[in-house]
Amino acid sequence: MTEDLFQKMAQSILDGDSEIAVVLAKQAIQTGVDPLEAISKGFVVGVNQVGANFACGQAFLPELVMAGEAMKAAVATLEPEMQRRGTTRQVLGRVVLATVEGDIHEIGKTLVGTMLSASGFQVYDLGVDVPAARIIEKVKEVDADLVGLSALLTTTMVKQKEVIGELDKLGLRRKVKVMVGGAPVTRDWVQKIEADGYSEDAVGAVGLAKRLVGLD
Amino acid sequence: MSKAIKSITNPKLHLEILTPQEVKKIHDATLWIIEKVGVRFPSKRALEIWAAHGAEVDSGKMVVRAKAELIEKALKTCPASYSLAARNPTQDLVLDGNHVYVGTDGCGVEVIDILTGIRRVSCLQDVCDIARIADDTEEIAFHWVPVSAQDKPPGTRGLHEIKAIWENSTKHVQTESIYDEREARAAIEMAGLIAGSKEELRQKPILSLMQCSASPLGHDGGSLDAALVAAEFGIPTGFMTMAANLTTGPATLAGNLAVGNAEVISGTALLQLAFPSAPVFYAAAQTASDPRTGAYTGGGPEDFLYGAATNILSDYYGIPLSMGSFATGAKEPNWQAGIENSLSTFMASIVMADMLLGVGFLHGSRIWSFAEMMMDCEIFSIIHKTMQGIVVDDETLGLEAIAAVGPGGNFLSQKHTLKHMRDLFQPQFMDRRTYNEWEAKKDDARDWALDKARKILETHQPEPLDEKISLEMIKLIASLESK
Repeated sequence: MTEDLFQKMAQSILDGDSEIAVVLAKQAIQTGVDPLEAISKGFVVGVNQVGANFACGQAFLPELVMAGEAMKAAVATLEPEMQRRGTTRQVLGRVVLATVEGDIHEIGKTLVGTMLSASGFQVYDLGVDVPAARIIEKVKEVDADLVGLSALLTTTMVKQKEVIGELDKLGLRRKVKVMVGGAPVTRDWVQKIEADGYSEDAVGAVGLAKRLVGLD
Repeated sequence: MSKAIKSITNPKLHLEILTPQEVKKIHDATLWIIEKVGVRFPSKRALEIWAAHGAEVDSGKMVVRAKAELIEKALKTCPASYSLAARNPTQDLVLDGNHVYVGTDGCGVEVIDILTGIRRVSCLQDVCDIARIADDTEEIAFHWVPVSAQDKPPGTRGLHEIKAIWENSTKHVQTESIYDEREARAAIEMAGLIAGSKEELRQKPILSLMQCSASPLGHDGGSLDAALVAAEFGIPTGFMTMAANLTTGPATLAGNLAVGNAEVISGTALLQLAFPSAPVFYAAAQTASDPRTGAYTGGGPEDFLYGAATNILSDYYGIPLSMGSFATGAKEPNWQAGIENSLSTFMASIVMADMLLGVGFLHGSRIWSFAEMMMDCEIFSIIHKTMQGIVVDDETLGLEAIAAVGPGGNFLSQKHTLKHMRDLFQPQFMDRRTYNEWEAKKDDARDWALDKARKILETHQPEPLDEKISLEMIKLIASLESK
């Protein structure tokens, strides 16, 4: 019975169906299934399968995104029950994401957020056109392990450097790793601003984030 | 000495990529999107203009919903034809639907150094060098800012860039790298110095402005304000959509055209509402995102189809088009670059897109290659020749020569041959040597193209810009930098 539920949960992620994932999560709570088990034996199995399909070239990016969103919806549904039971889902790390000040380009950053959260990171997405001060504030508030900074313009890319400088000033630089992204970002730029890494696409960003928090 | 400019004109080739019914369907869908879904205009000035003309404005979300009648009425005042002026008036570009001009692409962040061949961060000197080489070619008719002058302050970078181009070329400058009101005003001041006055600038716009939309269905605030300033001073202005299948647009081509069209048309309508009859153009570089990575592809059949379809849309609105072609996703000048740049440029040319962007880039408009620049010029020349089609008349049938040679024999010593042999295309970079000649050197187009670029850079002296004007520009930029 529970096995059947776990299988359906995995399938809902594979299908990228948030609505069904939420229904199944509620069903788990009603029938007394441990939410942590629902995640690890149900939903995560689906996430891993989509990841494997993607890695071998069968799945496309939209399928990854939809799986990520379904996973997020399922976890959000299970959250109150986890709190009630006094358990928490282990996260790989806490990530603050933002498109830097003066820049409104959102899609790459959002995609990275979806991928990271589907992979088990806790993501705090501050949106676009975010001043350095607000990013720093959030980093302190959530005790972040990682900061992800996106920029599409060469004129706004300099703000990535500014955020790193601010973290430095506050002595947070050793604790908080910084990853950067956006079309104009190159390896040279990453070295110049002393960021900890960059990725040219969202899937690569997950691998990078895992390396930066000491996994993989 | 300024070179004559090569443009495609009076073509014999023709393509109907969309039927009139299909165009109307896309237009109706576009109006539905603007009226029902809305477009984001994150600029106080833009929202006020929309509100004053009766559009529904959600000031919290900065989304505008405008009725079809308002959009259609606004678009009626777009001038159908005008010229982009050059420092040298013989190089003015007529945007009349019967000329296809090619420009340099922009705005990249890295350059393969012309001397060392090493990839590095772009700087102001690269902008100078590229402009100087472009000035000497007959294929390149106008400039975009090719690469970002990353050694200059972000707040005035766009001004350093256009100054560098004017100082190294007499051809028209269309900047895509100025996107706030302050810099736009300064750029217009600078253009005014060359034109003589603001009024003369209006008559002879030696500068035009291209702004990117923020797909899907949005604009950038700074870009809107810059565009409004440009329109006010009669500087030709266009909005470019880069809506991409899967990510910033629907997965389907028709849907992506409608999304991009809604962005461009709503931006254009705004400029016309604010400044009726301001010279405007349509700009587009739609593509498909890679389904595996979501990345910009910079080539492929979808790009080729967009290249041809978009001019049908801009023609429907009676405004010129600045169309993204070339811009291969290839990492070096190779098979992929040749295919993508040839087909995208051919498809945009066969429908007579007015301006093509542009030559010189690798890796989806990010890495400048001087060899690619020269080879892209040759691609344009090949298409230019192809577009002339086959002329059939008594002279070209050459019956006299055919009779004179008769069965057997050859045409090498015929007067008719002598008269027409130079009509045949003569490539600069295609390898037509014997096998043995090739085997002895094993060099190719990339080597010859780079050699040519180096030679031009060493020898070409563009008509200088009046030193007094340069000094005034320096002062103007310095005054902004000291603020």
